[in-house]
Amino acid sequence: MTQATPPAVYEPRAGRAIGRIFVSREFSVFAALAVLIIVTEVVNPRFLSAQGIKDLLLNSTIFVIMAVGQALVIITKNVDLSVGSILGLTAYGTGAVFATFPHIPLPFVFLIGIVFGAILGAINGFIVTLAGVPALVITLGTLYIFRGINNAWAGSNQYFVGNEPAEFGNMSVQTLFGIPWFALGALVIVIIFAIYMFSARSGRDLYAIGSDTDAARLFGIKVNARVVGAFVACGALTGLAGVLYASRFNSVGADTGTGFELQIVAAVVVGGVAIFGGSGTVTGAAIGAVLLTTMTGALAALNVSKFWQQAIVGVLIIAAILLDRILSIRTARKLRVSEARNV
Amino acid sequence: MSETTLPVKARSNVSRLFFGRNANTVYALVLIVILASIFVPYFAGTATVSFLLIDAIPILLMAMPMALIIITGEIDLSVASTAGLSAAVMGVLFHDAHWNIVWVFVACIVVGLLCGAFNGILISTIGLPSLAVTIGTLALFRGLALVVIGDNAVADFPVDLTTWATSTIGGTGIPTFMIIVAVVVVIFGIILHFTPFGRALYALGFSKEAASFVGIRVNRSKFWLYVASGGISAFAGIFWVLRYSSAQSDSVQGLELSVVAAVLLGGVSIFGGSGGIVGVVAGVLIIRTVNYSLQLAGLPDTVLTIVTGTLLVLSVIAPSVTARIRRSAERKRSRTLIHDATAA
Repeated sequence: MTQATPPAVYEPRAGRAIGRIFVSREFSVFAALAVLIIVTEVVNPRFLSAQGIKDLLLNSTIFVIMAVGQALVIITKNVDLSVGSILGLTAYGTGAVFATFPHIPLPFVFLIGIVFGAILGAINGFIVTLAGVPALVITLGTLYIFRGINNAWAGSNQYFVGNEPAEFGNMSVQTLFGIPWFALGALVIVIIFAIYMFSARSGRDLYAIGSDTDAARLFGIKVNARVVGAFVACGALTGLAGVLYASRFNSVGADTGTGFELQIVAAVVVGGVAIFGGSGTVTGAAIGAVLLTTMTGALAALNVSKFWQQAIVGVLIIAAILLDRILSIRTARKLRVSEARNV
Repeated sequence: MSETTLPVKARSNVSRLFFGRNANTVYALVLIVILASIFVPYFAGTATVSFLLIDAIPILLMAMPMALIIITGEIDLSVASTAGLSAAVMGVLFHDAHWNIVWVFVACIVVGLLCGAFNGILISTIGLPSLAVTIGTLALFRGLALVVIGDNAVADFPVDLTTWATSTIGGTGIPTFMIIVAVVVVIFGIILHFTPFGRALYALGFSKEAASFVGIRVNRSKFWLYVASGGISAFAGIFWVLRYSSAQSDSVQGLELSVVAAVLLGGVSIFGGSGGIVGVVAGVLIIRTVNYSLQLAGLPDTVLTIVTGTLLVLSVIAPSVTARIRRSAERKRSRTLIHDATAA
């Protein structure tokens, strides 16, 4: 694989803090999102109706939660391609839980989904760290294996067809001041993980591992434990997303979540997380996920043929990588100049 | 594996032929075929040969450039989408534009070459990471296929062409199309193993800097590999359409992962720098044989993905684990040597 240019970090002067927000990668993604929403709203005023906003937020929720987990893994220079299959397994597992215990309290359902996802993530993490093989290959393999298990388990059966049980299905439509509970939950998750990655010792370790794994190991960071932790977190968040998926959609079967992995990786990359680790933020990944889902809704609202959607997603991914490249070259040049002055 | 630093004795050509990683993959294939012939009813026969090989053809074709690309330490995840785009173009040009079928083929290949060149420019000229770029073009090319052909499916291709694509040579059960595939495989084998360009690819996979210091044109080599990948993928797309007599936007969807799995199973290191064409061919056939024999044994199609996934994981874990065992044995030996020396 090509070596990504080392992420450039430089000490800003205090007064530039606000200026820094505007040149940050997250801001550019956010700006793109804002432009997209404004343009769409001007052309088609129904886009931002109460119902439109609700749909937008609900559709983003699942991808945002998965993107946060994926970002943790990608920051450590790994990738988890099996998230689509994990989502499928946990969503179907949720259905199986309701089929076996029809009156199970809802918190337990969430707990089971999260733990199930975390176990699947732990399998990925342990194989990757113990064998010392690139995560790309291992998770490509577990993508197949988890999907195969899902197929064998589900067969042609589908759960939640009649939106039963009603209490569980209704969760996805309940709102607080017009904002779906699910979206608020996703927001809380993003904030928690953003703070964790910014300030916690173990969160900073993930960046160190992604920038230079060997150096991190020499520095005394428990690389393997941290990487397994990132995979477990990714699995747990995907498990949570699986439960939410089961609540929101009324057919969960063998092929639920197929192909999600590429959309999630795309969202994370668009959100400014470098594909070869060491830089980017959870917030950026979350905004990237919102941007990609909004794009789908916006194109429909703009009357663009639905056939163009996927091509535009592709262009967006490539544009994001190009932008990252340009920004990193510029930062590197700026760094050279400023370091030369300091001598 | 590029990280083993053991003083390994260089193998002679003969012993490499019979005991190398390539040979092991071939032995595994032979063993699987023998086991399947004994234990799976109806496996031994010409029908098996034809069904098995005809499904292997698209993967085998795309695995060739993929092997070379992975040997240089890069990856191309857009192969199936390129094939899908060329299938869509084929459908539209033939059905709606009424082109002569020969010109349709030419146009499809050109589309594939352009797709490959697009990847190549982004990866080699601009220097973007291939994993991210080809995830992007995977979406882009599949999206363009949708734009080109939409919801339609074109199925009125000349009957003699579609029957030819699924025909077999005499009574052997070997698909006629396999001859073309064999030529492609031989060409790629010669390029990789017997030309300076091919040998340079290994150097490139080991260390890009070292390769450019000894005068290998790193970027140019990579660019042409992606162009080749695009062209071959388009060709696989054409075969796909003829085989199923249908061109749709989702033709060849999802095959990129099978291709990568087959190449890695065939002994190409994901770190780059090692692997061979013989192993890759054996890898493709192993996946197909295992799947086909389990299908015959009555396992549903959908469950078989477990087998593909397990094979992929095992094939990358095995060399890494043996390398680790060998390293620790080596360390133990050197420790006793030091111990003896200090004692003496």
